[in-house]
Amino acid sequence: MPPDKSTGRGGSDAVLHAISLTAVLFGTWLLLSGYFTALLISLGVLSLAVSVGIALRMDVVDHESHPVHLTWRIPTYWIWLLAQIIKSNFDVARTILGIGDPPTPNVVTVQPSQRTELGQVIYANSITLTPGTISVELENGEITVHALTRGSADDLRTGVMDGRVSKLEGGA
Amino acid sequence: MMEGVLEVLAWGLLGTGAVFSVIGGIGMLRLPDFYTRMHAAGVTDTMGAWLILAGLACLAGLTLVSAKLALILFFLFMTGPTATHALVKTAWYAGVKPLTTEASGQPEGTPPSNP
Amino acid sequence: MLAFVTLAILLTMALALIRALRGPTVFDRILAVSMVSTKTTLLIAALGFLFGRPDFLDIALLYALINFVGAIAVLKFYKYGSLGLASHLEAVPAPPESEPPAAGEHGAKPGEGSAG
Repeated sequence: MPPDKSTGRGGSDAVLHAISLTAVLFGTWLLLSGYFTALLISLGVLSLAVSVGIALRMDVVDHESHPVHLTWRIPTYWIWLLAQIIKSNFDVARTILGIGDPPTPNVVTVQPSQRTELGQVIYANSITLTPGTISVELENGEITVHALTRGSADDLRTGVMDGRVSKLEGGA
Repeated sequence: MMEGVLEVLAWGLLGTGAVFSVIGGIGMLRLPDFYTRMHAAGVTDTMGAWLILAGLACLAGLTLVSAKLALILFFLFMTGPTATHALVKTAWYAGVKPLTTEASGQPEGTPPSNP
Repeated sequence: MLAFVTLAILLTMALALIRALRGPTVFDRILAVSMVSTKTTLLIAALGFLFGRPDFLDIALLYALINFVGAIAVLKFYKYGSLGLASHLEAVPAPPESEPPAAGEHGAKPGEGSAG
């Protein structure tokens, strides 16, 4: 089904988001209680109904809190991101211990190529999550990034991560 | 057999995580200014925390305990960058100047003078 | 081995605590404290395994959440000078006048408690 990216409130999408919320909440209930008796599960279903009802009334269940339209692309992206994080962790650790590049802190700005706010936020958060680069500010379609070394700033400016996030966002 | 492999993996993950965590702590003391220290904190918050939690999950095996550890891991994964970004943006707007090492020319971005 | 991991976490917390005491800016302190909180989450989880009490994990989970909310609350308070409603916050857009970052306010407390 084509996701309605502008508002995320298309009929089938709203149902999908509600289902996603219900599944997440029920999973959390089962996980945190750890008891699988009829009484406790029915209490869980009851509180689940109340919570989902309130969340729907508050209108916070949308494509941003439950980005189901990203589907299978997001775990793929996470695996790639994990590899990046491990790689840059070793770089930063070497810098800290004084056996790698010395710290050459600098501030750069990058232009994200994502179309939606969700995509830009995912990109900015990925930058922050990778040690060696921190997104300071995301404003007017520009991300200000503080980088620990010249090398990490140059890595960022190659735009590989940017392209990955744009692909994650999905073609029109 | 399977247990043994899992146990070795668990100790490897725990040991590496502990080392990364201490490296981040050393970085907190060694690095010169606030923004560079945030990168050191990033090392402990990503590799340090994740590897230790993953190692503990390997010790627990496939039980409810490891599911809870995965939940903690997920929370850290989601909240970590948000908290870091909130901190660094507040510092930026409060006028904490980053130390920059530009050989020539001015830095490409400077903090807003005093909003 | 678990004891070694616990000791490593404690060492990291000690290093972060030194940074929290030395400052020099208030943000260094917040950063150090938030790092200590993350380590506390891990410490509780590791101690649960060390003592054979996996129910400690629930406390660790709670701590991870409180840690996040606490960090955001402190920063919001710093930025707006209040934790009130968003409509009130709009009225005070100016952040508190930024104190000189390198004030180093920690060592400047001479012993005044010795008035007895």
